[in-house]
Amino acid sequence: MSQATTRPGIAAGRLDAATLASNFADLHPPYDAHEALVAADRCYFCHDAPCVTACPTSIDIPMFIRQIQAGQPEGAARTIFEANILGGMCARVCPTETLCEEACVREAAEGKPVEIGRLQRYATDTLMARPGHPFSRPEPTGKLVAVVGAGPAGLACAHRLALHGHDVTLYDARPKGGGLNEYGIAAYKAPNGFAQAELDWLMGIGGIRLRTGMALGREISLEKIAAEFDAVFLGIGLAGVNALSADGAALDGVGDAVEFIAGLRQAEDLTTVPVGRNVVVIGGGMTAIDAAVQSKLLGAETVTIAYRRGRDRMAASRYEQDLAASHGVAFRFNVQPVAVHGEGAAREIELAYTEEGRDGLVTTGETVRLPADEVHIAIGQKLDGAPEGLTLYHGKIAVDDEGRTAHPKVWAGGDCATGGDDLTVTAVAEGRDAAESIHRALSG
Amino acid sequence: MTDIRNDFVGIKSPNPFWLASAPPTDKQYNVERAFKAGWGGVVWKTLGLDPHIVNVNGPRYGVVYGADRRLLGLNNIELITDRPLQTNLDEIKAVKRAWPDRAVVVSLMVPCDEESWNYILPLVEETGADGVELNFGCPHGMSERGMGSAVGQVPDYIEMVARWCKAATRMPVIVKLTPNITDIRYPARAAHKGGADAVSLINTVSSITSVNLDTMSPEPSIDGKGSHGGYCGPAVKPIALNMVAEIARDPETAGLPISGIGGITTWRDAAEFLALGAGNVQVCTAAMTYGFRVVTEMIEGLKGWMETKGYSSLADFQGRAVPNVTDWQYLNLNYVTKARIDQDACIKCGRCFAACEDTSHQAIAMKEGRVFEVIDEECVACNLCVNVCPVENCITMERLPVGSVDPRTGREVVEEHGDWTTHPNNPARVAAE
Ligand SMILES: Cc1cc2nc3c(=O)[nH]c(=O)nc-3n(C[C@H](O)[C@H](O)[C@H](O)COP(=O)(O)OP(=O)(O)OC[C@H]3O[C@@H](n4cnc5c(N)ncnc54)[C@H](O)[C@@H]3O)c2cc1C
Ligand SMILES: Cc1cc2nc3c(=O)[nH]c(=O)nc-3n(C[C@H](O)[C@H](O)[C@H](O)COP(=O)(O)O)c2cc1C
Ligand code: SF4
Repeated sequence: MSQATTRPGIAAGRLDAATLASNFADLHPPYDAHEALVAADRCYFCHDAPCVTACPTSIDIPMFIRQIQAGQPEGAARTIFEANILGGMCARVCPTETLCEEACVREAAEGKPVEIGRLQRYATDTLMARPGHPFSRPEPTGKLVAVVGAGPAGLACAHRLALHGHDVTLYDARPKGGGLNEYGIAAYKAPNGFAQAELDWLMGIGGIRLRTGMALGREISLEKIAAEFDAVFLGIGLAGVNALSADGAALDGVGDAVEFIAGLRQAEDLTTVPVGRNVVVIGGGMTAIDAAVQSKLLGAETVTIAYRRGRDRMAASRYEQDLAASHGVAFRFNVQPVAVHGEGAAREIELAYTEEGRDGLVTTGETVRLPADEVHIAIGQKLDGAPEGLTLYHGKIAVDDEGRTAHPKVWAGGDCATGGDDLTVTAVAEGRDAAESIHRALSG
Repeated sequence: MTDIRNDFVGIKSPNPFWLASAPPTDKQYNVERAFKAGWGGVVWKTLGLDPHIVNVNGPRYGVVYGADRRLLGLNNIELITDRPLQTNLDEIKAVKRAWPDRAVVVSLMVPCDEESWNYILPLVEETGADGVELNFGCPHGMSERGMGSAVGQVPDYIEMVARWCKAATRMPVIVKLTPNITDIRYPARAAHKGGADAVSLINTVSSITSVNLDTMSPEPSIDGKGSHGGYCGPAVKPIALNMVAEIARDPETAGLPISGIGGITTWRDAAEFLALGAGNVQVCTAAMTYGFRVVTEMIEGLKGWMETKGYSSLADFQGRAVPNVTDWQYLNLNYVTKARIDQDACIKCGRCFAACEDTSHQAIAMKEGRVFEVIDEECVACNLCVNVCPVENCITMERLPVGSVDPRTGREVVEEHGDWTTHPNNPARVAAE
């Protein structure tokens, strides 16, 4: 095995199948029923609870935890799903340490919050293990809504519209729905095909038709669907990536971190996924952390995250940083890439030291070279091919707080639209709220 | 030196912790292990006449849990010993011989006729046991046969049986009382009149702990049916403490020794019973929940506390809380307090607000930034906020200084005691001098 780890260049099968299976197992294993009761008992049932305020979807957290305490995990799940139909995925992927659990009064009191995320998973897993769907659809209203993008924003929007009796056609450019739930989230956060299972379960409400392989700007146009449907919701995420401007960026082994993760997520057999012996990840966000950790779990010998500013400026939370460090990922701060060196394929990366100058970041002139067979670029995604006729603001579709765009029949939400952090749970909140706004508009 | 040796109606034990008559004391094997663990004495599982009774062959216990399945209350439908009388007598004799420094008291329950008592008492005396405890408390099974609490609920019977027993034996006689009555002082007085050396209390409280909502049977369920059992454990301690105090401060039973029983789980519980007038304590549920070793914590805890207080023997504090138990009408209405919230300790959960706003006196304001403050104009000092606050000492009750004005009533706080007996709203008030 050690030989495979030190094999030069980029290679698959650095670790055996059993090791890979255990490396990519559930990051936080689910609670059993007793653990859930013990964890639930720690909740104080706060008045006007701060955790609820901190949750972008405003789940009634004290209530669902009390329902778990009282032996009603299914009721708890209903409370969750009423606010957040992707409560199952959110329970797995939310950075709770900067959301609900950060606000928990027990975090203030003893540095140990109620484990809201894991309790939410316990409740939602319990209900989702039962056959059927917890909500039923009223009589169809006859209104037709097109939802473009089957990521968290689009799915939350489609479900809420279906709940109000509208008929939804859900378009997605990719062969599978789910958006970054399916293609982006770290494999160990939602193992065992959870994203597709959740999508199927969500569709169980009825009234939603998923049409994959249908891209806006390719198979469909905004103009056309805006004419055909009573309303349109755009939840197309950020399909473009920011490119690296450094010499050697075109060498083999230099690539987009999101694409690397998508390849990993779609792999049937993890022993076939290639990874470099020495990996360098450029960036400071959640994507950088995920690319680095998963490279390490695939068997890379060294993995380094190179971030151009100091640790305190990293978008990834301290918890995420520690998670990476605990997997053996090294951090380099205040360095930015100037060149990737190699004959046809990357071998080394050259980084320049930086400091915060008066007019932003400047290089100090000092450089350092690290071995790098593979370089993952994770310096941000951007909106690609925004449809004509919509106003953009800072590269995103401009929306008001109900998700309305400049076009009277078009709403937008999730990563592609302005407002909120780029998180799964924010996308769910925006999709849901836009659906309510659409419903009001259609009922008016 | 802190000395916790105990002398209860002449029965000596190295400490005041006895195991109450129950499964922990139902055979030689258990009792010897208990003595090895350090228990000061036992009251042997209640003996009856042969043919011995039988127990159910399904579950005997029901339970009430707190967080993390912590046992707060236990309920049982077990009867008295289900072994032949002679087996128990032989074992009692062997144990007493092997453990002369420990208290061995034998609990008895026989039919309510003098002949039965005259038959069994000499047999017990012959074992060398230190005393007998008359079980007038068991609320299930035996009571249906005219024994246990069926006797304990009729003071005249208690007096009569106590008298028979005192006449038939030289051993000290302790009468164990049932809490399933309206006023505990009546059976205690009856025992006293009958010549009993002491009372012990409480036996278990009649109860149904839960109902199985699938089978619609009370728990514990025996083939789909349940019957009320006797409740014990931490949940019954407040009931027991009150009953002990009632007897301790009743002039008619003044000086009657009391063995305190009911929910004693730690040294502190025991110290509270002793402070309220008990001469020693008996424990069952704590041992049944955690095993015999809990007595180590009880012994060490009691000693440690006595040391910090400078008490060198149990007598130094025994009964010291009794004079402070009074009737409501004598409580000082001029003692005015207000809730105070320590903002540094506050974790902003808002429970005090929810409690006071929804169910008390709307005396807590919730301000910008989740800052909670008491509104003195409204606070009646009920203590609910203190009780529901998850942080110890975050909310406290502070007495208003004499001379200040209570903003709720507009009245000045005065030094003198003033209670209901002299209050102007009391139609039956005694005229102020
Ligand atoms: C690597 C990575 C890891 C992440 N980890 C986390 C995490 O752990 N926790 C967390 O909360 N957030 C995480 N995020 C962020 C989170 O995934 C996103 O904020 C969220 O998925 C946004 O949802 P969305 O519906 O707006 O967009 P997406 O999930 O991106 O979905 C957009 C959908 O639209 C489709 N689409 C795009 N263009 C078109 C078009 N022209 N026509 C038709 N369909 C189109 C796409 O195929 C996709 O299915 C992560 C993001 C990345 C990249
Ligand atoms: C502070 C307080 C005051 C009460 N006052 C009364 C009362 O005045 N009259 C009454 O019948 N019951 C009174 N009760 C008893 C309750 O009505 C109820 O029977 C009891 O609390 C048991 O129910 P619970 O523990 O399930 O709440 C009071 C209870 C509490 C806690
Ligand atoms: S003591 Fe009672 S009335 Fe006063 S603030 Fe607390 S809960 Fe409200």
